[in-house]
Amino acid sequence: MKTTARVIVTPKPVVNDPQGVTVKQGLASLGFREVDEVRVGKYIEVTLDAADERDARQRVEEMCDRLLANHVIEDFRFELQTEERIRR
Amino acid sequence: MKFGVVVFPGTWSDRDCGWVVDQVVGAQLQYLWHRDADLKGCDCVILPGGFAYGDYLRTGAIARFAPVMEKIGEFADRGGLVWGICNGFQVLCEAGLLPGALIRNASLEFRCEWTHLVVERSDLAYTSQCKEREVIRVPISHGEGNYFADPATLSRLEQNGQVVFRYCDADGRVIPGANPNGSLHNIAGIINKRGNVLGMMPHPERCAEADLGGSDGLKLFRSVAEGAIKVLVS
Repeated sequence: MKTTARVIVTPKPVVNDPQGVTVKQGLASLGFREVDEVRVGKYIEVTLDAADERDARQRVEEMCDRLLANHVIEDFRFELQTEERIRR
Repeated sequence: MKFGVVVFPGTWSDRDCGWVVDQVVGAQLQYLWHRDADLKGCDCVILPGGFAYGDYLRTGAIARFAPVMEKIGEFADRGGLVWGICNGFQVLCEAGLLPGALIRNASLEFRCEWTHLVVERSDLAYTSQCKEREVIRVPISHGEGNYFADPATLSRLEQNGQVVFRYCDADGRVIPGANPNGSLHNIAGIINKRGNVLGMMPHPERCAEADLGGSDGLKLFRSVAEGAIKVLVS
């Protein structure tokens, strides 16, 4: 089953994110003064073949643990989209 | 004494390290290609600076899967000397051979400048030629040298005396103004608990000859080279 995983990696709340702070300042200078906080992370799209959704979830979880995110400084989350749903 | 200098695609300080080992210290030099699955009898393996595998995803993230890294892990487990400089430090953190991680400099700028470091441990294979709490002058050259570790890890590092170098001013004062990248506790270099795996962001290989504006870095190379001779003799 063709599956697409949309992985989002973000800096952990305890890690300073100077990029986020700088983007927030940029938004403020454009007049978006309502912005409380900006965190800059990464978006990774992984297309894979999996037996079923459970299998895909397990494999992507492992990919995140072992490479896509560094657990010291980053958190990750992802959503899966299977081919059937894409067709719909 | 044989130094191995690891070369990944994208490594840039390998020749500088090699020059110091071979031409300045006069020790044996062996370049190790990232695909090598053999450390060729090296006594100390240097992971030099650069952008291994383009630093894609995160600094050091891909390099740690290179065949040579498996051997380096085994070598470190046996007590072998593994010395990561700049990108090499980032690789060692990613590989789990050292705790913590190196994130973007707080300034978001690439910093290429001289720094002062206080040597907190002069009893190590890497620092035996330094005096206790000596201040040395070593350049940095990085965009991601901001050392981070969670509070528990950080306090463990401090309690065990694993912080080897801290950014300081010319008088040895460890102050925020002397911190070029936002590193927690002004950390510039740490060692593993066993004392054989060292990671540091500053570049000792770029200050090992007076012609380069300073030679404090040579003390570290000499410590390793001559320490090993002592071991061989005794």
